Amino acid sequence: MSLIELATPSRFVALSARLMPWLIAATALAFVVGGIQAYLAPDDYQQGATVKIMFIHVPAAWLGTFGWVVMSAAALGTLVWRHPLADVAAKAAAPIGAAFTLICLLTGSLWGRPMWGTYWVWDARLTSVLVLLLLYLAVIALWHTVEDPTLAARTAAVFTLVGAINIPIIKFSVEWWNTLHQGASIFRLGGSAIDPSILLPLLSMLVAFTLLFLTLHLAAMRNEILRRRLRTMLLMKADAAARA
Amino acid sequence: MSPLSALLARDVRLAVRLGGGALIGVVFFLIVVTLVPFAVGPDLALLARIGPAMLWLGALLASLLGLDRLLAGDHEDGSLDLLLTGRSPLELALAMKALAHWLTTGVPLVLAAPILGILLNLDPRSTGAVMMTLLAGTPALTFIGLIGAALTVALRRGGLLLAVLILPLTIPVLIFGVAASTAATAGTVPFRGPFIILCALSLLSLVLGPVAAAVALRQGLD
Repeated sequence: MSLIELATPSRFVALSARLMPWLIAATALAFVVGGIQAYLAPDDYQQGATVKIMFIHVPAAWLGTFGWVVMSAAALGTLVWRHPLADVAAKAAAPIGAAFTLICLLTGSLWGRPMWGTYWVWDARLTSVLVLLLLYLAVIALWHTVEDPTLAARTAAVFTLVGAINIPIIKFSVEWWNTLHQGASIFRLGGSAIDPSILLPLLSMLVAFTLLFLTLHLAAMRNEILRRRLRTMLLMKADAAARA
Repeated sequence: MSPLSALLARDVRLAVRLGGGALIGVVFFLIVVTLVPFAVGPDLALLARIGPAMLWLGALLASLLGLDRLLAGDHEDGSLDLLLTGRSPLELALAMKALAHWLTTGVPLVLAAPILGILLNLDPRSTGAVMMTLLAGTPALTFIGLIGAALTVALRRGGLLLAVLILPLTIPVLIFGVAASTAATAGTVPFRGPFIILCALSLLSLVLGPVAAAVALRQGLD
């Protein structure tokens, strides 16, 4: 089924209704598997059990940036291809991405207190992730301020693409600057630097969190479509009442 | 006179004559800088240390002031539609408007910086560094602000939303501007490092700003 066949909202709602139970089941299963692996993972020789905050912190960080990438793809869909569901996808992804970015900052702060001795430090990675949170809040504000949905979609799309420049900055911040934050240790040339006993639970939790994002995103998209239908019906009713 | 230079002259004239003119940005700059010692105390050594940063913050906020009127006035009286359908490329027309904004808001801030530096107990070397970084950085503030102005042109209370949209994008300019200013007097980083990156950010915004603003305007007003 190609993307253009999904363009009709009613087909999308029907398809997502069928897909939803499977996604929820897959997400729950992935969390159970990942949770057991995380529980059984060994303590770090230096950090002790607090290293397990990483199993929430890293996936949340990954999904925060992934959310903006999804929004950028949706923005291209709105501006370039005028795909009808692209703005629904963008609007639905924004609060979810913002929530994961906030979780990343909070868990990172709680982890930093025992590890680095401070709740916060203005190094390159923390600052660029905080800027990402501000950009998320800005685009949510934009969605809520512009009344016409089509204009809101296009305005938010332009802003999303401008803000996408922050994503490579986040990724490469630990390489370009001297930072307190951990450098790249999962996806780098020469293979991962983490021992498999901790890397495998981390990857499981990454998969689980990604499935959670997809489930939440799909549900949010359905809600947005239904919300727009409701708005159209209310407008039609008001229009009919005005004519009568 | 070519259409673009006529547009530039018109915008400069409007900015100078309307809404308090060019000097209202300077007055706001002065007020913000005056508030700093009331907030942090009159300790001169402390003021000298945070002086460059406070000057940069004041310049950032003063630049932000006039941005929502950059395009809203033309939108209200229909000149924006003429720009959209005119023969000059929209990107260049927007660049001329942003240039006019910089000439009438950014440059006065640069010229006012030495006087305000005295209020903050800055030595001549710091003041010179702040002036150079402001000169290199205020174009970036204006041209990034152009994007926000284009995005919020049709909104009624767009001013606050414009600030919310633009300020995260101007954070790198602020970081490198202050880094270059403080590097001139203290620290191990040479001045030219952050300064060159600041110039690069300005040059980048000179291109990205008008292009993104033109895309935003075409989406919003058709």
